[in-house]
Amino acid sequence: MRPSRQQTPSQTVGPYLHIALPWADGAYAVPAGTPGAIWLRGRLTDGNGDPVPDGLVETWQADPDGRFDHPDDPRGAVPAANGFRGFGRCPTGPDGEYAILTLKPGAVSGQAPHVDISVFARGLLDRVVTRLYFADEAEANAADPVLRNLPTDADRATLVAERTEDGYRLDIRLQGDHETVFFAL
Amino acid sequence: MTDLVLPRYRTDETANVPLLYPDYKSTRSRSPGKPLVLLPHQLTEVTGPLFGEDRVRPGDSDLTGAPGGEAIGQRIIVHGRVLDSDGRAVPDALLEVWQANAGGRYLHANGEWPTPLDPNFTGLGRAVTDSLGRYRFVTIKPGAYPWGNHHNAWRPAHIHFSLFGRAFTQRLVTQMYFPDDPLFAYDPIWNSIPDERARQRLVSRFDLAATEPNWALAFEFDIVLRGSDATPFEAEVDDE
Ligand SMILES: [Fe+2]
Repeated sequence: MRPSRQQTPSQTVGPYLHIALPWADGAYAVPAGTPGAIWLRGRLTDGNGDPVPDGLVETWQADPDGRFDHPDDPRGAVPAANGFRGFGRCPTGPDGEYAILTLKPGAVSGQAPHVDISVFARGLLDRVVTRLYFADEAEANAADPVLRNLPTDADRATLVAERTEDGYRLDIRLQGDHETVFFAL
Repeated sequence: MTDLVLPRYRTDETANVPLLYPDYKSTRSRSPGKPLVLLPHQLTEVTGPLFGEDRVRPGDSDLTGAPGGEAIGQRIIVHGRVLDSDGRAVPDALLEVWQANAGGRYLHANGEWPTPLDPNFTGLGRAVTDSLGRYRFVTIKPGAYPWGNHHNAWRPAHIHFSLFGRAFTQRLVTQMYFPDDPLFAYDPIWNSIPDERARQRLVSRFDLAATEPNWALAFEFDIVLRGSDATPFEAEVDDE
């Protein structure tokens, strides 16, 4: 018999996360030079519109076929190919910018292609969670249950990354005008 | 949308923390103003990166030794288990820890105050849990340090912990404290946790049995991640 245990509460990552959390290969969810790789870029800003220079952005996503290298995917785990990790981690720079090199995910079991994002920072007592969708997937986005569940088009727009020269761009606004939609998990 | 059978990760209301806690000033401009939207757990949320020993090098769990010599301060062992809220061990969980040195100084450009750096202490450690969810670090007891939140603000001594479980839903960053710290009452980060019992879950336990004579004191700190209804793959462990 296992006694149930109560969860450990979250605490802020604080201002010194750079000692431990950045990895040399953190930003590379796929190795540099991978054919078809895209940069997901954006700026993290606070309620005053100022950049957040001491945050950390983490991404998690399916592979281009919409599959995961994970035993809890009931369709079966798909071993990562060509160094695809599915996970990216990037501390924000002095200008609040993050950048993750990855492959565009495929549609996942009735959902439009998307990337789950966690944001950590001094002043965030818990991570905040959001999603990145792709502007050139308008049809899939229109049918996506998570996007459809949001109250307004303006809310949906905060999650849709625009095409850029080398990938896609999505700014994350923690508070205030055009505040990003954040999710409770 | 999907009829796949997925694990469902439970919420423990007692562990909730508010995003806005005005006494902790940085939350005022960084916490979302709109209510969070419920995200049903789908494939992306019940999966997550699975890291193993490849993220950890030999020696990463011992913070006390640098090539030049030994770190200054009270040597301690910090150990415990990573469990889920059903009491299951979480094996192969990556832990990353960081902390101030014995004088309360971080090896960080923004960490400067009139107390010295220790050339033999970087304050960074990594470990992966074993098949029973156990981890163990050897380090130096961190000092308290001042911060600019309000007049004469001091953080209680703490070690930062970052954990990956097996799913995106289980990701956790938290802080471990030491028993009976007189600074708890004055610390808005500690007090931001509304439930007093939940705060106590962040306090390590002095563990005489795990001390090493003539070498190190020991503190035990178990970390509990969200549990799920269906996790057929995990090794079960009997509680001692
Ligand atoms: Fe700290």
